[in-house]
Amino acid sequence: MSTATAEAPTMTQTWQTLCTKADLVPHSGVAAWIETADGPAQVALFYLPGPNTPEKTVPGSNTPQPGHSPELYAVDHHDPFSGANVIARGIVGDVQGEPVVASPLYKQHFRLTDGQCLEDETVRLRTWPLRLDGDKVEILA
Amino acid sequence: MNTPSQAKPQLIIIGNGMVGHHLVEQLIERGATEQYRITVFGEERHRAYDRVHLSEYFAGRDAESLAMCDADVYADGGVELRLSESVTAIDRDVGEVVTDQGRYPYARLVLATGSYPFVPPIPGHERDNCLVYRTLDDLDAIRAAAENATTGVVVGGGLLGLEAANALRGLDLDTAVVEFAPRLMPMQVDAEGGELLREKIESLGVQVLTDRATQHIEDGQASFHRMVFQDDKVLETDLIVFSAGIRPRDELARDCSLEMGERGGVVIDDRCLTSDPAILAIGEVALWNNSIFGLVAPGYQMAKAAADTLLGGKLTFEGADMSTKLKLLGVDVGAIGDAHGNQTPGARTFRYLDEIKQEYRKLVVSSDGKKLLGAMLVGDNAYYDTLMQYYANAMELPEDPAALILPSTEGAPTLGADALPDGATICSCHNVTKGAICATIDAGATDLGAVKASTRASTGCGGCAALLKSVVDHELEARGVEVDQSICEHFAHTRQELYDIVRVEGIKTFGELIDKHGHGSPQSPGLGCDICKPAVASILASCFNEPITDAAHIPLQDTNDTFMANMQKNGTYSVVPRVPGGEITPDKLVVLGQVAQKYALYTKVTGGQRIDLFGARLEDLPDIWGELIEAGFETGHAYGKSVRTVKSCVGSTWCRYGVADSVGMAIQLEHRYKGLRSPHKLKFAVSGCTRECAEAQSKDVGVIATEHGWNLYVCGNGGMRPRHAELLATDLDDAALIQAIDRFLMFYVRTADRLQRTSVWRENLEGGLDYLKAVVLEDSLGIGDELEAQMQTVIDNYECEWAGAINDPEKLKRFRSFVNDARPDPDIIVTEERGQLRPA
Repeated sequence: MSTATAEAPTMTQTWQTLCTKADLVPHSGVAAWIETADGPAQVALFYLPGPNTPEKTVPGSNTPQPGHSPELYAVDHHDPFSGANVIARGIVGDVQGEPVVASPLYKQHFRLTDGQCLEDETVRLRTWPLRLDGDKVEILA
Repeated sequence: MNTPSQAKPQLIIIGNGMVGHHLVEQLIERGATEQYRITVFGEERHRAYDRVHLSEYFAGRDAESLAMCDADVYADGGVELRLSESVTAIDRDVGEVVTDQGRYPYARLVLATGSYPFVPPIPGHERDNCLVYRTLDDLDAIRAAAENATTGVVVGGGLLGLEAANALRGLDLDTAVVEFAPRLMPMQVDAEGGELLREKIESLGVQVLTDRATQHIEDGQASFHRMVFQDDKVLETDLIVFSAGIRPRDELARDCSLEMGERGGVVIDDRCLTSDPAILAIGEVALWNNSIFGLVAPGYQMAKAAADTLLGGKLTFEGADMSTKLKLLGVDVGAIGDAHGNQTPGARTFRYLDEIKQEYRKLVVSSDGKKLLGAMLVGDNAYYDTLMQYYANAMELPEDPAALILPSTEGAPTLGADALPDGATICSCHNVTKGAICATIDAGATDLGAVKASTRASTGCGGCAALLKSVVDHELEARGVEVDQSICEHFAHTRQELYDIVRVEGIKTFGELIDKHGHGSPQSPGLGCDICKPAVASILASCFNEPITDAAHIPLQDTNDTFMANMQKNGTYSVVPRVPGGEITPDKLVVLGQVAQKYALYTKVTGGQRIDLFGARLEDLPDIWGELIEAGFETGHAYGKSVRTVKSCVGSTWCRYGVADSVGMAIQLEHRYKGLRSPHKLKFAVSGCTRECAEAQSKDVGVIATEHGWNLYVCGNGGMRPRHAELLATDLDDAALIQAIDRFLMFYVRTADRLQRTSVWRENLEGGLDYLKAVVLEDSLGIGDELEAQMQTVIDNYECEWAGAINDPEKLKRFRSFVNDARPDPDIIVTEERGQLRPA
């Protein structure tokens, strides 16, 4: 059960505006619909503001991942274990300091930085860079 | 019952008491039905029941709750159970059992006929209202006779006599005990102990007459009977219960010429075989080494040996210890080994007598003071477990053995679990040794519950519960299993500690709690997780009951709480409006149908007497609830760890058997406690009479109407591990019922672990049911007012979460399928089955 991981930005990707900051729910998720070069996708957007948020890094490195805001995450809304589109409705938190979302159906944890499932190393959600431009929430897809 | 020659040999068991039942359990467990056809005859109409707790029958327990197993255990195990069928003879020449209904061939036969109460042949003993105390039918007869009686006498001041006296007290009779010997319980206690016992029992209002031999019984003047004693003194009473000892039910064996003891009992060898090797005998009918064992534990050991013998094994019965501890009329009595000190030459004693606290303890030790030979306890059995271990394991006594019976002070020697040898029996009912417990832990059991489930230790009489816990705790610790009670990596606290912190510091948000008490560094205490967030959300709701849809609380909730509906496997939700007590008007029923039709919902009736509407899309939830609220519905909290339903039977309003308005009470309770958030879900039921159609005894809170009010049962459970609820209080009026439930619920909310149902909480509660009764009914902790006040806060702050949400545009924003697109999720696909839609 593996899902393709996010590729590095290519020429076909652009920053698309999804919604405003007010549409996000602090410390929780909402779903968005995007069109990509590979077809449409359902995306879960998470917003973790505040001092308790871990520094956003690429796993294995200590440098902030370039291109997106430290408090915003976008991963697949599709839950590979249940086949339902529900990830945005999971509880977010951290495991050993890494921000994660727990699937609301069968409770597997997915790392928000790279989509990796902590219970099954063969499963990974796609991730997209997400940023704030003023009040606008933009995704690179 | 013609047995074809090819068929399995027929095994017949005569008697379905506790010991006979234990044999059947052993046989089923060991697969004996592969080898035998098994038929059990019971002369009573009830299947095996717990005779040890017979007196609870008058305290509200019925035959079903006293039953040793569920009704279908025998049938499921392949064992035929023939109740209400008396065996009248055994024809050993042809190998047949003769009953009042037919003849049945046997290959092997087990006598488990038990014993009968001995009635001394006093002239007049056969008068009306002269009864015995042995079976449920006996108890029914006593209850019927008590209807027209104000006084009752028990003849016999032994263990069973005092039990019977307790039962008569329970029927509100002025009760007296008449004992032939100079003291009560002459088998178990000595003169000093007996005197203390008399004082304690008299202080309960039971008259005690010792040294009395009844000469005859005649018509009374003021009462039904007059008993005339050897000194011509008389005692008048309406009802007499004989409890002057038991005799083996050995007439079948005698009639077919099996070897008998001089004073009765069927002689058996170590393998429980009688003089006819095709026939075995176990329990109180069996005479082993010239002794009859009148306790259940030795009977169980015989049953084990007999099962092994029937299966070709070599297990033997090697006698049993008659040590016992009891609570009679609320008085602790314990006797270990040679309690009288008259079986070993040179035995020495230590005695401790406290006439103020009314406690008496005696140690019988070997002449060199090194070994415990026996002990006697009156007034406080807390000393029993330790003494029993010294005795059973022949352990060397401490230098000053007297310290073992002196009142506990600091420095008094206590026997730690580590001091026990592996062979030490911890649970004598199921014969579980410390070694067996260690083996279970080595095999992966990590808590008390797992050890109990796997060894059955402490699931018999329960007397070893405290000892078992200390052994398990000690062994886990010794294995380096730190019994880490932290709720998760974010808090080094248990749920109960977090609860106290929230209450004491008045903390109202998760953010404040994790900032002040989180486990991580002060700079970064972390975000919390899917363990601690919902747990804290529940605590905050139990304490302050602010709407869970408030912004500060939204991120804490499981999706079900967030969207106030139950997520199903395809990401849609089910909707369950509240139907208090299961009572619903036709108009409302129509609305549910209309809403289901309009939004294409699958409908199903739930076990909690409501209607569940499945397949609601996230974005339809507000519209669905708009229509439901318009029609007068409110949220049912089926999504929360909270009070769910109060199921009810139709009660006295319609039912010809009902004694109270169970529906009315159910509705009152449901409205009172609706929305209470708790460590896990809570289910209630109210039955309008003892027939118990609402199945209240399988609920967290069960209420059953009686002639005099309500009986309250608590901590029952259905589900994966069913548990009968226990009787907490009897004959409560409405106000007392609600007070007891208020306190019970809040005490549970306050002290339970995360996701711990009341049943598991109760099993882990130190002090057990007695402790719970003390806290709830007697306010032993002095927190009754506080618990009630807190419940009132929750009740005062109740609001329907859905009513609050559908009028708040901010809250409704969450119910969009996508923040940037109005289309419904195209991946939700349904198909039709039996006229309704279901996930494809």
